Amino acid sequence: MSAMLDELSSTLLSTLRDVLPIAAILFVFQFLVLRRRVQHAGRVLLGFVYVVLGLGFFLAGLEKALFPLGRLMAEQLTDPAFLTGMTDATAETLRWHDYYWVYLFALAIGFATAIAEPALIAVAMKASQVSGGVVTAWGLRVAVGLGAGIGIAVGALRIVTGIPLGYVVMAAYALVILQTFRAPRSIIPLAYDSGGVTTSTVTVPIVAALGLGLATTIPGRDPLIDGFGMIATTCLFPIITVMTYAQIGQWQARRRAAREQAERR
Amino acid sequence: MVRVLWSITAPFAGSLRDLFPIVVVVGFFQALVVRQPIPEVGAILVGGLMIIVGLTLFIRGLDMGLFPLGEAMAYAFACKGSASWLFAFAFALGFGTTIAEPALVAVAGEAAATMARGGLIDNTEDAVAVYALTLRYVVALAVGSAVLLGVLRILKGWPLHHIVISGYVIVILITPLAPDTIVGIAYDAGGVTTSTITVPLITALGVGLASSIEGRNPILDGFGIIAFASVMPIIFVLAFGILV
Repeated sequence: MSAMLDELSSTLLSTLRDVLPIAAILFVFQFLVLRRRVQHAGRVLLGFVYVVLGLGFFLAGLEKALFPLGRLMAEQLTDPAFLTGMTDATAETLRWHDYYWVYLFALAIGFATAIAEPALIAVAMKASQVSGGVVTAWGLRVAVGLGAGIGIAVGALRIVTGIPLGYVVMAAYALVILQTFRAPRSIIPLAYDSGGVTTSTVTVPIVAALGLGLATTIPGRDPLIDGFGMIATTCLFPIITVMTYAQIGQWQARRRAAREQAERR
Repeated sequence: MVRVLWSITAPFAGSLRDLFPIVVVVGFFQALVVRQPIPEVGAILVGGLMIIVGLTLFIRGLDMGLFPLGEAMAYAFACKGSASWLFAFAFALGFGTTIAEPALVAVAGEAAATMARGGLIDNTEDAVAVYALTLRYVVALAVGSAVLLGVLRILKGWPLHHIVISGYVIVILITPLAPDTIVGIAYDAGGVTTSTITVPLITALGVGLASSIEGRNPILDGFGIIAFASVMPIIFVLAFGILV
């Protein structure tokens, strides 16, 4: 029990340390440059306390519940003995499609962790508020979650097959650019932003564990060099899925309009 | 009575819903694929409870603290009419939150160790530490200039995709010039820079600015700063790899 309290207080302390530079910058500009009184200052301050406490609890809980389990599962799933169902198997005999459980796990865990990512929740809240509910918070988060899942799965596939990261990133960029000219204009800034918010507190440790497990198992991969790059693909694919989500919405609206017009005739 | 109870439990129910997919995925793989007993079930339950409480508090704090403050400051800067202070604030926010970002510290340390083992820098503790710190400064500079550029874009009303796509083109063009070892690090640097507290603040700042400047649309112009903050570090780190 006391060990748990120790852990909680150390997480809270490190969260506080992370917030300190931000608080300092806000303080300096608020009081030396803007010199305006903050409305409801007490409430805002309490909000900051909630954010720090909440993030501290959240991280301590993740460290306690999710990360050990996630690391264990990533380790077990990338173990060649598990992948072949035999105990004497070695990684050399495996082909890229033998890792299907890894891809499936990557897809599912990427989706699930992105949904729970606090930074994404924040952006989705703001987006639905600003768009007057046209972009629903939940729809955006599901679209980003799908993208993160695909991104992690592609990252895993890349480590297994050894395709250079540059090719994957360039292909994804090409798709993003192509979609930018087709997707509804109002979604584009949000789509670009959702790439960056996907990878933070929940997703990165799990992705890192998976990348490290894969790069250690597969012969000829360097855990340090090939472990990198997984975060990059996880950031890119949500841009694509969010634009696709908007394109599907636009397409449905057009079809509905066309049908209504046909009925009126 | 029922309403009071609901107002207390509803946020928790929301957090529970947010975490539900993780429970399903972990449960599924644990029960059907990995089929190993779960170690320390008690600790996991307590941890799960802490996650729910934490997420609920965090979201409440966003609504009460981070969002209103970010927007109030954006309004105040817009009223003050001094662009240079706004730029200074934007740069400080980007730089200051990134230089101390724990994920970046971890990635920079690993990157420096990789470089040392590859013989690209001296394999001494000092050289590795200097390299890691330099890398952190490069990324922090990149994020600082990205937030500044993002704010400038909102003021000027430039279309976002022109800038982001130009950024992609620069990345594609300079990737072949950069040493192989830095490419993965550079691409990942874009993802680790935007932390959980910075994102809501920057989003509120952008949306607040776009709503207080006439002729700007919050949904079209308010978002996009984070997008810059994830492309700029790639360019800066690649350029750093080419120059050093």
